[in-house]
Order: sequence, then structure tokens, then C-alpha cells
Amino acid sequence: MSDLIIRFLIGGTVVSLFALLGDILRPKSFAGLFGAAPSVALATIGLTITKNGSLYTAIEARSMIWGAFGFFAYASIVCLVLMRYKLATLLTTICLLPIWAGISFGLWYWLARSS
Amino acid sequence: MIEMKWSSLKETRPSEYVVRFVFGGACTVLAGLAAKRYGPSVGGLFLAFPAIFPSGASLIESHEKKRKAKMGFDGTLRGRVAASVDAAGAALGSIALAVFALILWKGLPSHNAYVVISGATLAWTCIATMLWAIRRRREFHRTA
Repeated sequence: MSDLIIRFLIGGTVVSLFALLGDILRPKSFAGLFGAAPSVALATIGLTITKNGSLYTAIEARSMIWGAFGFFAYASIVCLVLMRYKLATLLTTICLLPIWAGISFGLWYWLARSS
Repeated sequence: MIEMKWSSLKETRPSEYVVRFVFGGACTVLAGLAAKRYGPSVGGLFLAFPAIFPSGASLIESHEKKRKAKMGFDGTLRGRVAASVDAAGAALGSIALAVFALILWKGLPSHNAYVVISGATLAWTCIATMLWAIRRRREFHRTA
């Protein structure tokens, strides 16, 4: 339980710091980079290495690559939908989250099967 | 030209900071729980989960809307375009995120963890900035 609380506090702090950076930096297209900053990874890697070792963390990092591809597809489609159809941002970003999950898990499954 | 605009911090309400903190904390816990339940291979996917992207993009939309409303205009469309620009930036950042993960994957088993994490973070910063600069240059030449 205490491990989860520590994770929550560290994760919240690191993610908030990256979000603050995104707030103060201009132009907006540059600040947008921080939407895909490795904030969750940086918050957890130290804890994971301490608890489970470097090899375990390296396996997580390998899967993170597929998650990042999913993020790329998701953010690109969000950009296109918002630009073309001008829908409400929160609704669009939340409704399109299954794209992240589909591509990330799809790549993970496909690569796990083929190896 | 990249610059820092400190006054934009005043536009964010305290409740919006709390939402980000809770989202960030929850996603970090989710990644840990997924790794514990299904192993590091599945848990690792959540390290690249778009944790604060939805709330960040909708904040940009509402700030832009408020700014236009102060001038007496309806900034709804402008807000959504601003959010789409933010999403384009996040797409570039996610390419750098894949490189960050690649460096961790290849470096962690055989090198000092602090050096690998620092190198990966530096690589994320440099690659994301470089991709942004290339895109900006292309846009500039297209409009010129």
C-alpha cells in the first residue's frame, strides 16, 4: 500500500512539473512536445530499478516503445480530427484513447507472437 | 524562437493543477499495478500512456476561449485549433519518447542506471526539439 502511495505522489509531482513546463513555454507547438514527455516513465523507473532490478525495467522499456508508437498514432489522429471537424477537445481526446490502446497492445501482441 | 511566458501560470486555476496531479499519480499507479498483475511486458506499455494529454489539451482550448471572450469574440474554434497544434507537438514528442524507451531498453542491462536515464532524457529533449525545429522550418518555407 505504501508503495502505491509513494508511486502516486512521485507520479503526480513529476507529471505536474512537465505540465507546468508545457504551460510556460512558447510557441504552443513547442509546448505540445511536453504532452508526450517521459513523465510517467521517469516517475516510476527509479522505484522499479530499486525494487525489481535493471533487467525487469529494461523489459518494461521495450514495451514502452510500442506504447510510444500508439501515442504517435493517437496524437496524430487527435490533431487531424480537431483541425478538420473542430469537435470539443476533451470529448475528442478521451473518445480516441482506444486508438492508443489498440495500436500499443496490437503491436505488443503481434511482436510477442512472432518472437 | 522558444521563450518562457511565466504569466501564463496565472491562467491555470488551482483546481486544474489538482486534476493534473491526480491524473499523473493515477497513471503512475496504474502502470505499477499493470506490471505487478500482468508482468513488466504489459506494464511497460502504460509508461507511454497519454497521461495528461487530454486534460492539457482541453485546458489549452478553454484558456484560448477565455482570452478571446475577454476581447468580445467567441473563441471556440480558435481554442480547438490551438488544441490541435498542441496535439501535433505531442505527436512529435512521442517519436522522441520511443527513442527514450529504446535507450533504456538497450542501456539498462549493461550500464549504470543513472547514466542511462540521464542520457535517455537528454536524447528525448534533443530529438523532440530537433523534430519541432524541422517542422517549423518546413512550415516557414511553405508559407514564405
